Amino acid sequence: MSFLRASSPHAHSALTTARVMQWVLLATLPGLAALTVFFGIGSLINIALACIFALLFEAAVLKLRKRNALIYLRDCSALVTAVLLGLALPPYCPWWVVMLGVFFAIVVAKHLFGGLGYNPFNPAMVGYVALLISFPVEMTQWAAPSTLSNASASFPPIVESLTHVFSHDTLDGYTAATPLEVLKLREGLTLDTLYTNEAIFNQARWAGVGWEWVNIGFLIGGIFLLYKRVFTWHAPVAMLATLTLCSFLFYDAGGSQSAGSPLFHLLSGGTMLGAFFILTDPVSSAVSNKGRLIFGGLAGVIIFVIRVWGIYPDAIAFAVLLMNFAAPFIDYYTVPRTYGHNRAHRVTKIKE
Amino acid sequence: MRKIWDIHGGVHPPENKIQSNQKPIGVMPLPDWVSLPLNQHVGAPARPLVKVGDHVKTAQLIADAEGFVSAPVHASLSGKVVAIENRPIPHASGMQAPCIVIESDGEDTWTELQPCENYMDLQAEILLEKVRSAGIAGLGGAGFPTAVKLQPDANKKIDTLILNGTECEPYITADDVLMREQANDIIAGAQLMAKLLDNPRILIGVEDNKPEAIKALTDAAQNTAIEIISFPTKYPSGGEKQLIQILTGKEVKSGTLPSEIGIVLQNVGTAVAAFQAIKDGIPLIERVTTVVGRSLQIQRNVHVRLGTPIQHLLSQHGFDENNCARIIIGGPMMGYTVDSISVPVIKTTNCVLVPSEDEMPTPPPTQPCIRCGHCADACPANLLPQQLYWYSQAQDFEKLQAHHLMDCIECGACSYVCPSAIPLVQYYRASKGAIRQQQIDKQKSDRARLRFEAHKERVEKAEAEKEAKRAARKKAAEEARKKIDLTKSQPAEKSDTAKLDPVAAAMAKAANTKADPADEKAKIERNLESARNRLARFNHQLNDARNENDEARAGKLEPKIKQTELKISELENKLAQMAKT
Repeated sequence: MSFLRASSPHAHSALTTARVMQWVLLATLPGLAALTVFFGIGSLINIALACIFALLFEAAVLKLRKRNALIYLRDCSALVTAVLLGLALPPYCPWWVVMLGVFFAIVVAKHLFGGLGYNPFNPAMVGYVALLISFPVEMTQWAAPSTLSNASASFPPIVESLTHVFSHDTLDGYTAATPLEVLKLREGLTLDTLYTNEAIFNQARWAGVGWEWVNIGFLIGGIFLLYKRVFTWHAPVAMLATLTLCSFLFYDAGGSQSAGSPLFHLLSGGTMLGAFFILTDPVSSAVSNKGRLIFGGLAGVIIFVIRVWGIYPDAIAFAVLLMNFAAPFIDYYTVPRTYGHNRAHRVTKIKE
Repeated sequence: MRKIWDIHGGVHPPENKIQSNQKPIGVMPLPDWVSLPLNQHVGAPARPLVKVGDHVKTAQLIADAEGFVSAPVHASLSGKVVAIENRPIPHASGMQAPCIVIESDGEDTWTELQPCENYMDLQAEILLEKVRSAGIAGLGGAGFPTAVKLQPDANKKIDTLILNGTECEPYITADDVLMREQANDIIAGAQLMAKLLDNPRILIGVEDNKPEAIKALTDAAQNTAIEIISFPTKYPSGGEKQLIQILTGKEVKSGTLPSEIGIVLQNVGTAVAAFQAIKDGIPLIERVTTVVGRSLQIQRNVHVRLGTPIQHLLSQHGFDENNCARIIIGGPMMGYTVDSISVPVIKTTNCVLVPSEDEMPTPPPTQPCIRCGHCADACPANLLPQQLYWYSQAQDFEKLQAHHLMDCIECGACSYVCPSAIPLVQYYRASKGAIRQQQIDKQKSDRARLRFEAHKERVEKAEAEKEAKRAARKKAAEEARKKIDLTKSQPAEKSDTAKLDPVAAAMAKAANTKADPADEKAKIERNLESARNRLARFNHQLNDARNENDEARAGKLEPKIKQTELKISELENKLAQMAKT
């Protein structure tokens, strides 16, 4: 009779990587529901396509890398990347856009750098940015919220949606400017005037029709993940805090130079998706809690700067990628104080 | 209510203590034989005092401490010493080590003990000697010789003695039941130890999942100044550094001992052992061990004689070998597996855990680290385990040291929470070993370098001296020639004396060398002595070479030794002749 020789500890908590990924997938549901209610099934189609492509690419690359595809596919990490990309893409975008995005995310950003755990950049955001730079037209056509009374039509029926996705039709009839675009292109109006005149604002409760609920949905999902301790509060809270602070400083009492109210910034664009689902990707973020505060805080500043003074209406992807670059640098300077040592130190200083 | 502090991180694994702490401590029937390793403690192995074939009595001293950090070993039953040889010992590597094996005569006749009732009147030195000679080593699991920790040090005032009744490892309840049943002995042991340490305050720390133990201790400690402190259950609160932080808020500086900050920490079981050693004169020959796991029919704590094979222990508890997945000595968080059930219970064996496969399943295949940081949140030393793992894989020892790998206490909290099931502690152990080896190698090479540099310096100095002499001689010769040239130019009659001069000088020199016999003898004796020294040195080097299996070096040394021996005999002959004349 031989007994197992194993290294301590012999006990193990029930948490697995696959379980963590499944919780993340589950947590996207409120936001996804809001997207579907206000913008139709476009996001669902995006996600379905992205998932299929992600699994195919993942399996193919694993095969090329001579890894056991079944074991690695079961960790659900490819699905998380696919779902996050699917949520970020404009609804009803053509199938080949989704495919290319997933290709950049899974093959280029993830596996070329060594696969799960080794990617310095957030794969979904690499995919998103590659698409945004390559296909600016397709990537900036957001469907109009269905509840908007003066929208030319409610969202397209299923057959028509699929036609949009699989042929190269434009979605002209159903698109509208997003609140971030409206604010950016308002040409000197005061916020009050803008909020009274624009349907997307005057029919909204806090920030912009549909978008506010999408953001609240992702916020709910994020709080669920915090409760499940999938990640710590540091990065998302720091990002939301600096974004709030910046918009407060440049609110300018809602005048013609105003950069938008704090509430507007918190509930517009991809703020909550970015804060709780993108920025918290552990692989590409800073490792210590202090590091995550800096990581998230600076990301919030970059988002605000690009939104207000940059040429792109939203900036989650750029901010996250820029901070991914900085993460190892932040790590070097934010090693926590170890028990029994007087103070924290920089690991760049190695004793001779 | 006393203020208590919190430690960073920590985990809450299922406690699994209820299986074994509901029954009173059982007593084991004596085994047929015991195997007592000479090294059951931290430090140098003990030196055997008995021979194979000797008859020994229970509690008789059979191996004595060797050096300061060491502990003696006593016979745990009476009978015949049947072997002193390498036997399996409880060790993570599965290695064998020297053990004294005693076959029981079934009588359990004890050697005469020296009890002492009025022990508190004894001098501290005598008490300490009693603790030392009883062979007591930390019973909590580390096994540091207790007397060494209790040794007073003039430079360090100990102001706090902490007894550790935390027992934060799941499954283990040996200290728990001991505190319930022998609280009075623990208090008495604590007071004894305090006396040795010049009466510091005494704190006993117990996790709040042991209410019965806390009550028993509190009752026993009435009318004393001893404080019983309970604190929230969290693994690894029972680690030495962690318990100190919880009870005092102080941190033990990295790389130092708690005594640096005036604290000594002892396990509650050790206190009982010290008390029994002094009052009843019983050396450490048995301990309380938890026997637990689903492959047993009975799970409980037992008093077990040291050296008892765990096979005997398990068979007394309805062990189903086929249902057992692994045999763990210690708890599920820090215990190690053994592959032989013939290993004995030793001074540090606080638990034998034999789980079934569904109780402790074979770990799933490791997945890549996603740097989720759960490990960093769990680490009680506030390290970044994910970074340590990264650098361990890269074998980047500099970065590992910069990230304070050496402060890792190997508690296993990081591996416990890791969703990718990475055996992190195993990586750290391997890296620590490699770093230690690297440091040893570096020391060695540093020493070799110094030796080489010193040698080079010596050679250069000798060379310089020779050069200086040569130059001086040359100068003298030149001056002499000048003189000769000068005399040549002088009138011729003087040239004869000048010619004669060197001859006269040579003769004078020869006369000088024929020194008196006493000088000669002294010179030969000196030569003889240095030749003997040389021979001793060569022999020593030869031994070293043989030990290291360095045949080439040994081959070179042998002729040298022959030569030196010849020289010695020659010199001895000369001396003998001189003595005759």
